Amino acid sequence: MATQASRSAARLMISPTVILLFLWMAIPLGTTIYYSLQRYQLLYPDRSGFVGLRNYTRFVLSPGFGGAVANTLILVLGVLIVTVVLGILIALLIDRPIWGQGPVRILVISPFFIMPPVSALIWKNMFFNPSNGLFAEAAKYVGMAPYDFLGQAPLASIIFIVSWEWLPFATLILLTALQSLDGEQLEAAEMDGAPPLSRFWYIMLPHMSRAITVVVLIQTIFLLGVFGEILVTTNGGPGTASTTLPFLIYKEALLDFDAGTAAAGGVVAVILANIVAIFLMKAIGKNLD
Amino acid sequence: MGRITLDKVKKAFGEVEVIPPLDLTIEDGEFVVFVGPSGCGKSTLLRLIAGLEDVSGGQIRIDGQDATHAPPSKRGLAMVFQSYALYPHMSVRKNIAFPMKMAGVPQEEQNRKIDAAAKALNLTDYLERRPGQLSGGQRQRVAIGRAIVREPAAFLFDEPLSNLDAALRVGMRLEISELHERLKTTMIYVTHDQVEAMTMADKIVVLRAGVIEQVGSPLELYRTPRNLFVAGFIGSPKMNLIQGQEAKKYSAGTIGIRPEHCLLSTDSGTWEGTVVVSEHLGSDTFLYVDLKDHGTVTVRGNGEVSLHHGDRVFITPDMEKLHRFDDKGLRMP
Repeated sequence: MATQASRSAARLMISPTVILLFLWMAIPLGTTIYYSLQRYQLLYPDRSGFVGLRNYTRFVLSPGFGGAVANTLILVLGVLIVTVVLGILIALLIDRPIWGQGPVRILVISPFFIMPPVSALIWKNMFFNPSNGLFAEAAKYVGMAPYDFLGQAPLASIIFIVSWEWLPFATLILLTALQSLDGEQLEAAEMDGAPPLSRFWYIMLPHMSRAITVVVLIQTIFLLGVFGEILVTTNGGPGTASTTLPFLIYKEALLDFDAGTAAAGGVVAVILANIVAIFLMKAIGKNLD
Repeated sequence: MGRITLDKVKKAFGEVEVIPPLDLTIEDGEFVVFVGPSGCGKSTLLRLIAGLEDVSGGQIRIDGQDATHAPPSKRGLAMVFQSYALYPHMSVRKNIAFPMKMAGVPQEEQNRKIDAAAKALNLTDYLERRPGQLSGGQRQRVAIGRAIVREPAAFLFDEPLSNLDAALRVGMRLEISELHERLKTTMIYVTHDQVEAMTMADKIVVLRAGVIEQVGSPLELYRTPRNLFVAGFIGSPKMNLIQGQEAKKYSAGTIGIRPEHCLLSTDSGTWEGTVVVSEHLGSDTFLYVDLKDHGTVTVRGNGEVSLHHGDRVFITPDMEKLHRFDDKGLRMP
């Protein structure tokens, strides 16, 4: 594959795929940008035309915007912290040789196979429900008033549900990282007089840093777009307490029928995601070298 | 100080007893080599001394103190692992500093010791590098540096040279021997390579299946192997062992003669045979000779011997250096 001819042949042959993938990305982005600059209300299709950046100003200045951005970031950050911390702890736990290790590992990973709206509904109706949920039953059993999780702490409840879904992913990646750690390094540290906590801090954690980075980056991509869990549990409420950016865009497009503003919101979300990505890569990207 | 005493130490993994009760004393300042074929329990024995494995019975004493159940860090021993076990995310400096940091040694003293160790081990220019940027020999030296700064009662080496290429191995062998001369600290060294054992040890411990076959200085083992196993294991190329009718002549079950204690001749001698292979090393020539009745033997000649495949040859063993073993394989006087 070194000659000029073979190299240009290779380029020629992969070009259809590259072009298709590029169009796949460029056309939706292009139409979104196009519509974001148009007046495009589904209820009044006749009132159309170029409006400049008016859709953007309306979206950004709308009362729910600041809260939605904050909720999005809290959701992402909250889930990241919970999954990484618990993921490390569970990985440490199931890395030990225990009886029934195989089944335990499969059980730990299984929540990942359940589709998000289903797990959200199960949590909502089976556990969080203040009148007949299991948590309410438990609270009543010990004589406490049942707590309305989704009503009183909607965002925390959603963070809890999403964390439950993503914990297996984090655990799995961190477990494989842990398993690749050379046992002699830990023994050397033991000989060097490092107690268990120091061994974790100085040997295991640095060894896992790359895996943690991977978990954080991949999860951030998906968590920025969390939608189904919110739709089936709190529907963005109460009020706007659990409205995130994707949910706000959904509201604009399919509840207020304002496709133009929703498109502008989409572009804003893309920009926000890129800012988060740049920030993340600056902060932890060096671990991937 | 570093006097280590093993008193009826044994180790079993479940039902399998890998080390039956074993007694051994390692004197202060000695360079002791545990040698044996793979799976003989030599590494396990080292790990028992280090405290990385729990003993199943018996007592380990270090300088008279019972250390049988002491954690590894409390035994005052330093270990150099086969894989070096350097911490890959730390610089060489931090690797060497790690045991001192864990012990809470003041920063100035740490720096002083690191610089001294780096100078002694030719690592001064590499202190800020990561282990991944070093060659095998340098990594080996970092591992030794990490052990030195702790000023341990004894160093434990677990096949430290087996990951190095042949040329580097000879160099590191010398460096470790020099280090021992300089520090005069007890060293316990595990290897399966009898050349390393012969060249470095003050005292060799030959192990087979967890049992000590013989303990002694390299030349003791070479001159008076206690049994057939030691006779075959120590010395390179291996001692020739002849059984049957020929051995009966010497009223022994087996007779042994080292390749270097045979006299070659083309016209007369005790045994007659034909050359199968001749290896010319320049300084020496190793001949593999097929004796009609006694199998193949190895003979060392000088570099000038020019015998080739198919040549007829006579071999005369040096009677003074002939080893006799009884039917149980034990040495006869």
